[in-house]
Amino acid sequence: MNVVVPFEGIGASVRRKEDLRFLSGRGQYTDDIVRPGQTAAYILRSPHAHATIRAIDTAAAKAMPGVVAVFTGADMAGIGGLPCGWQIHSKDGSPMAEPKHPVLAEGKVRHVGDPVAVVIAETRAQAKDAAEAIQVDYAVLPSAATMEAALAPGAPLIHEGAPGNLCYDWHIGDKAANDAAFARAAKVVSFETTNNRLVPNAMEPRAALGDYDPTTGEYTLWTTSQNPHVIRLLMGAFVLQIPEAKLRVVAPDVGGGFGSKIYHYAEEAIVTWAAGKIGRPVKWTAERTESFQSDAHGRDHVTKAELALDADGRFLALRVSTKANMGAYLSTFAPCVPTYLYATLLAGVYTTPTIYAEVKAVFTNTVPVDAYRGAGRPEATYLLERLVDIAAAETGIDRIEIRRRNFIPTDAFPYQTPVALQYDSGNYHATLDEALKAADWAGFEARRAEAAKRGKLRGIGCSTYLEACGIAPSAVVGSLGARAGLYEVGTIRVHPTGSVTVLTGAHSHGQGHETTFAQLVADRLGVPVAQVDVVHGDTAKVPFGMGTYGSRSLAVGGSAMFKAMDKVIAKGKKIAAHLMEASVEDIEFDRGTFRVAGTDKAKSLAEIALAAYVPHNYPIEELEPGLEETAFYDPKNFTYPGGCHVAEVEIDPETGRATVVTFTAVDDVGRVINPMIVEGQVQGGVAQGIGQALLEQAVYDENGQLLSASMMDYTMPRADDLPLVGVATHTTLCTHNPLGVKGCGEVGAIGSPPAVMNAVVDALRDYGVRHIEMPATPAKIWGIINAGRPMAAE
Amino acid sequence: MPQVTLTVNGKAHTVEVEGRTLLVELLREKLRLTGTHVGCDTSQCGACVVHVNGDSVKSCTMLALQADGAQVTTIEGLAKPDGTLHPMQEAFREYHALQCGFCTPGMVMSAIDLVQKHPQGLSEKEIREGLEGNLCRCTGYHNIVKAIAAAADVMHGKRTEVARAAE
Repeated sequence: MNVVVPFEGIGASVRRKEDLRFLSGRGQYTDDIVRPGQTAAYILRSPHAHATIRAIDTAAAKAMPGVVAVFTGADMAGIGGLPCGWQIHSKDGSPMAEPKHPVLAEGKVRHVGDPVAVVIAETRAQAKDAAEAIQVDYAVLPSAATMEAALAPGAPLIHEGAPGNLCYDWHIGDKAANDAAFARAAKVVSFETTNNRLVPNAMEPRAALGDYDPTTGEYTLWTTSQNPHVIRLLMGAFVLQIPEAKLRVVAPDVGGGFGSKIYHYAEEAIVTWAAGKIGRPVKWTAERTESFQSDAHGRDHVTKAELALDADGRFLALRVSTKANMGAYLSTFAPCVPTYLYATLLAGVYTTPTIYAEVKAVFTNTVPVDAYRGAGRPEATYLLERLVDIAAAETGIDRIEIRRRNFIPTDAFPYQTPVALQYDSGNYHATLDEALKAADWAGFEARRAEAAKRGKLRGIGCSTYLEACGIAPSAVVGSLGARAGLYEVGTIRVHPTGSVTVLTGAHSHGQGHETTFAQLVADRLGVPVAQVDVVHGDTAKVPFGMGTYGSRSLAVGGSAMFKAMDKVIAKGKKIAAHLMEASVEDIEFDRGTFRVAGTDKAKSLAEIALAAYVPHNYPIEELEPGLEETAFYDPKNFTYPGGCHVAEVEIDPETGRATVVTFTAVDDVGRVINPMIVEGQVQGGVAQGIGQALLEQAVYDENGQLLSASMMDYTMPRADDLPLVGVATHTTLCTHNPLGVKGCGEVGAIGSPPAVMNAVVDALRDYGVRHIEMPATPAKIWGIINAGRPMAAE
Repeated sequence: MPQVTLTVNGKAHTVEVEGRTLLVELLREKLRLTGTHVGCDTSQCGACVVHVNGDSVKSCTMLALQADGAQVTTIEGLAKPDGTLHPMQEAFREYHALQCGFCTPGMVMSAIDLVQKHPQGLSEKEIREGLEGNLCRCTGYHNIVKAIAAAADVMHGKRTEVARAAE
């Protein structure tokens, strides 16, 4: 029977399969899971930024009601430190300083929030009460809360193995050629900037639940992770020494990640290890202040950048010197963020022939810093796009014209940059043109004048950005210091009656994979989306996987599924050839139907699947029964989404508050599978970018106390802080993966901050402003507007 | 231990709680209604919003004992017994107003109260201001605002379904 179904394949805005459970309160997040006999853990954390621990007295805590156990670093002696997944080498060839990151503090604490002890009790309240009874005798040491303080002569030494608090001093590019280009420049434009430190703040706080079965020796960890297989590998092999076969890691529904849930965190190891020790399940769930004090933060670069131009405004050379804050310890991906995800992006969309960048990574007494939505690419984009606007202002060339003059031409792909990357495709003129049109850039001055009549300062700004995602070719990243491969794994399991289960190593925590991946199968195999189930997030179900980050799930994970479908189709053709007594070469396959070319003989996928599982009439001598295939896909290159973002802001001069009134994004994310989901991803990323530009900043005082440690103190973007965000796409296909997709998860957060800041500076052009640091808070803007003006009389 | 008697999603419960037990802890841990979430502990994020006697309330900011005698509705209690979604739930799905789903229950509960308290309708600005107590980190609120506007029309009888016109 033929049932007419709406088109659900590539390009359809299919409504999400996952929504019904989330909208009915039936999501299963880690903290929702309860195991029989479960206990609750509370982590006692350091109140000091830097201190030695003279003694810890847990006797009183152990005697408190409901307490099952109290453990400190001494109890976990012999357990490995939390490993770092990427090794950078300094200019002189020496490996980065890589001090141990203990699971529980070993004699010293290095940031406020550093875990010192864990209390396990019958209830969370009892565990928290007992934690207050632990006596820790700290000898407080001088601390270095900023990179400036950490690099100063005589600065407090945070790790014995990292003299001068330097992790590495790395560089990229041809310095001699760069210097020569600067020497012949007609004009040099420079500026210094801090890329503000951010707290990711996924709405679901991190949580971990460990369980142990003494009869089998098996451990299970449920955790709020973007990559359960990676956690199993890191925790099993490096921290707790549990063989993979005895360790199951499940990342169930996860309430947002944005990078912060990539890393292997201490609490995961603590609950797993403790469950084995006490023989009962142990659950830990972060309070929000713990999230602020223990989730990896993002950004935090201090940079000097110089751009050399010729007399026509063509970019001759770029020179960048950056200090990147690592925090107190190296988080899983931290060292690669300010190097291979940042400096390699400094060509942007421009033909700058020579680029030289040096990056010092610095330890400080702060929470570790790692990848946060965009990871290095927002920092590079912000730097470039502010610098280009400053260059336009100082050469007198129009902001749009100077960009066009330096764009990589549309016919220049593949394009080799001077900083290692080779872009495969893009059309920067097209995305710029479409964005300017959609935003009515040409009509802006009328809107500025109209706003002025209302007493408001209105400005417009754009950014033309590029990023590298779909990470990444294993051999390439291996040569750059990655300690793992970055392929992805997909299994296509066609069931006997033709429905399909997809197993993927990618993990969905808001991205809608259950829908998008089902559409890939619907499009290729002709199976309705409702009959395609996507399974992810469980090492016991999915063969292997590297997880979701770096906008890789579709480009890498989707390509693995595509490859697995190739194998399913190839096997199906052999079965079809046997059943229809034709040669394999004559079998054609299109959306669920195997056909003998040039005839009306055909078999559906369901018929082929049934024959594969009930092989009565089957080429059993040559072919195994069953219809299930697994593929590992290792990408050939990064993918390179790009585009243009345009922001318009209005500033109230009375208060200094800048509000984004319109925002237009035109992005090239490659082929779009589900436009509704892509728009949502871009809108969400833009919101985080506007947050970075105007609202958000993690603030430490000089003693290393985190002042912005709750949502009362750290300004999260709210609905009334944001505009509607217009999103359009302009597609050039990725040339090296089978889907032609590039990735859309991070573009919003990468392109938007400089667009907003360029608009803020434009709004304040009559005040002689050259540059404003993010976040452009009302206080900062009010100060600029009122600088030099006498204070009003009391 | 003191007892609290309350009705949740139409079912009466009498539960022993500590004096310090929060309403959200009663819902999640005693009644196993885990659709209501905790996102911040400081009454900022709104992931824990439920209805208490018809008003939206942050259940992390109310002691369980204060709910004695109350009628409480959580996200689990919104759909009809036959599974038909509330128009607000339907609109959130239709307009892609959720991504990770963690803020969603609180967002939906707040939105319903907001719409019910504005029978005259809501402008985009009023919807945004009405969401002041609910944080979402995924969507940028764009689609949440659209979904609430569409659901409001259905709840106020201005249209019969939330289905989005082809765009």
